[in-house]
Amino acid sequence: MSKTASTTIRESRGDRIFVAMVYVFLSLILIIVAVPLIYILSSSVSSPQAVVSGKVWLFPVDFTLDGYKAVFQNPQIGVGYINSLIYTVVGTAINVTLTIMFGYPLSKRTLYGRHFFMVVLVITMMFDGGLIPYYLVVKNLHLLDTRWAMILPGAMGVIQVIVARTFFQTTIPDELSEAAELDGCSDIRFILSIVLPLSKPIIAVMTLMYAVGHWNAYFDALIFLRSPDLFPLQIILRNVLILNTVDPSMMANVDQVQAQQGLKDLLKYSLIVVASAPVLIIYPFVQKHFVKGVMIGSLKG
Amino acid sequence: MRSPHNKLQTGPGLPHPVQASAAIRPRPQTTWVRIRRHWQLYLVLLLPLLYLIVFKYVPMAGIVIAFKDYSVIKGIWGSPWVGFKYFEQFFQSPNFWLYIKNTLGISFYGLAVGFPAPIILALALNEIRSGLFKKSVQMISYAPYFISTVIMVSIIIVNLTPHVGMVSKLFEMMGVTQTNFMGMPGLFKSIYVWSDVWQYTGYGAIIYIAALAGVNPELYESARVDGASRIQKIISIDIPSLIPVSVIMLILNLGNIMKLGFEKIYLMQNPLNLATSEVISTYVYKVGLLGSSFSFSAAIGFFNSVVNLILLIAVNYIARKLSSSSLW
Repeated sequence: MSKTASTTIRESRGDRIFVAMVYVFLSLILIIVAVPLIYILSSSVSSPQAVVSGKVWLFPVDFTLDGYKAVFQNPQIGVGYINSLIYTVVGTAINVTLTIMFGYPLSKRTLYGRHFFMVVLVITMMFDGGLIPYYLVVKNLHLLDTRWAMILPGAMGVIQVIVARTFFQTTIPDELSEAAELDGCSDIRFILSIVLPLSKPIIAVMTLMYAVGHWNAYFDALIFLRSPDLFPLQIILRNVLILNTVDPSMMANVDQVQAQQGLKDLLKYSLIVVASAPVLIIYPFVQKHFVKGVMIGSLKG
Repeated sequence: MRSPHNKLQTGPGLPHPVQASAAIRPRPQTTWVRIRRHWQLYLVLLLPLLYLIVFKYVPMAGIVIAFKDYSVIKGIWGSPWVGFKYFEQFFQSPNFWLYIKNTLGISFYGLAVGFPAPIILALALNEIRSGLFKKSVQMISYAPYFISTVIMVSIIIVNLTPHVGMVSKLFEMMGVTQTNFMGMPGLFKSIYVWSDVWQYTGYGAIIYIAALAGVNPELYESARVDGASRIQKIISIDIPSLIPVSVIMLILNLGNIMKLGFEKIYLMQNPLNLATSEVISTYVYKVGLLGSSFSFSAAIGFFNSVVNLILLIAVNYIARKLSSSSLW
C-alpha cells in the first residue's frame, strides 16, 4: 500500500506539506472530540464555586467528590440503574434469540419462500404505521406501563437480522448442512450444535449492538411507562438533567441564583459520568467487534 | 418473482414420506417436498414472523384510524369513517408549512454537513501511517457514538450554559455578551447538526475506511510510478473507489429525511426555540399522545411515512439510472 511505497520513493515537497496538514487536521479533530469529554469529567470532581466562576477548563479545580455523593444518595437514580440493567439483559437475550431464529433460515439458499420472507422483513424498514398506531397496538395488548413494554415492541431489529443472515451465508457452507442432513441431523439440532458455536463473533457483535441500544433507549419508556418505579435510567436522567435546565426564567437572572445552581450543576456533571460509565468502560474492549459489525453489515448479501 | 403463497396452500394434500427421496440429491423435488424437508426451519421462523406481524404489520393496518374519527370507547372498527378530514385539517393548519420547513431544513442541513464529514475523515486517516496517533484518532472519534441521546443533549446544554459552559465561556472571552445559545431560535439548526457531526462522524467513517482498505494496492503503485501527487491520488483513486458505498449511504440518509430524530429534537426543545425546533415528529407526539387527538396525529404520521417512502423510491431510482449502485 501507499505507506510501504513511501519508503522507496521519496515524497515531493508538496506531498510533505500536504501530509503535515493532514496531521494538523486530525489533531484538531482529536481535540474537538476529546476536550468536551475531559471538561465534563474534570468539572464533576471540581468544587461548584470553581465550576460556576469559570475556573475549570481541562483540569479539576479544588478536587471534591460531593457531586458523586449526591448522585449515589439519590434513590431514584439507583432504581433507574437497576431497571435499565433488567431491560438491557432480558431485552438483549430476547433480541439475539429472535434475530438468529429469523436470520439463519433466511441464509439458507434452499429454503422455499426465502425471498418472500426477506421482502416481509425489508418492507418494515421502508414503511411504518407511525407513532399512534404503534402506541395503540401496545395499549390493546395491555402492555402499557409494564416492563414488557420496554422489551417486546423492539424485540428484533431489521438491520441486525440482515447482518446475521449475511454472516451465516458467508461462514456456514451449504455443504456442511447438507452433510449433517445426510447423517440424520435435524435443522434445529444443526442450529444448536453447529451454527451457534460457529457464530460466536456475530453473537458478540449483536449482543453489543442491542445492549447499547437498550441501555441508551428512552423513547419507548417516554411513551409507554407512567410509574416511576419502572423508569429506566435515561428517563431519570432526562428529568434531572434536562427538564431542570431549560427553564428560561432561570436563565434570565442566572447571576442571582448562581450559588444554589452550583451544587445542581455539579450533580449534573457527575451524573453524566456515572450514567455513561458502563458503556464507556467496556468500549475499548468491544470497539473492534463494533467495527466488525459495521463491516459485515455493509457486505451485500 | 415466484409466488410462494399459492404453492404453500396447495401443499397439505401430499402426506407422502419424503425422507428417503430427500437424501438423493439429483432427483427433481416438488415444492412440497422442499418445504417438508425443512419444516423445522419454518417452525423456527414462526416466532420472529409473529413479532413482525404484531408490532410492524398490525400498526400499518392501524393507519385506518387516520381516516376515521377514532374514539377509545368505540374502538378502531366501531369509529365512523371521515375520509380525508384530518389530512385537510393538517394541510390547512397555519403551522403546516412551518413544520415542513423546519423538518426539511434540519434534514438537508444535516445531510449537507453530515454526509461528507465521515468521508473526509476517512480520506485523511488513509493518508497517515498506522501507529499510535492513527489508533487514538480512530478510537476517540468513535467514542461519542456510544453516548445516549439524553446524555448528549445534556452535554450540549451544559456546555452552552451561560457563564458556566465551556463553549459559552469561550464566546464570552471573545466578547459575545448574549450566550444563552439554547434560547436562540436562529441557532437551533446549527446546534443540532454540528453536535450530530461531533457524535457520529468517527463511527460513520468506519465503513469508508474499510472501503479504502479494499483498494487494489497496484493502483497506488502505478500512480506513484507515474509521479502522481497525494492529492491527485486522492482525486483519481480514493474518491472514485468510495462512490459505490457513498451512493448507498446517501440513499439511506435521504430515505430518512422525514424521519428526523424525534428523541434529540424533543429533548433540545424549550419554549424559546420552538419556532425553529418544532418538527413533524415532535408535533405528532404532542398532539397525539399528550393531546390525545389520535386520528389527527395518525394522519400526520401517515402523511410523513408516505412522503418518506416516495423519497426513498425516487432517490433509489435516480441512483440506479446515474450509477451502478442502488439499494435494490
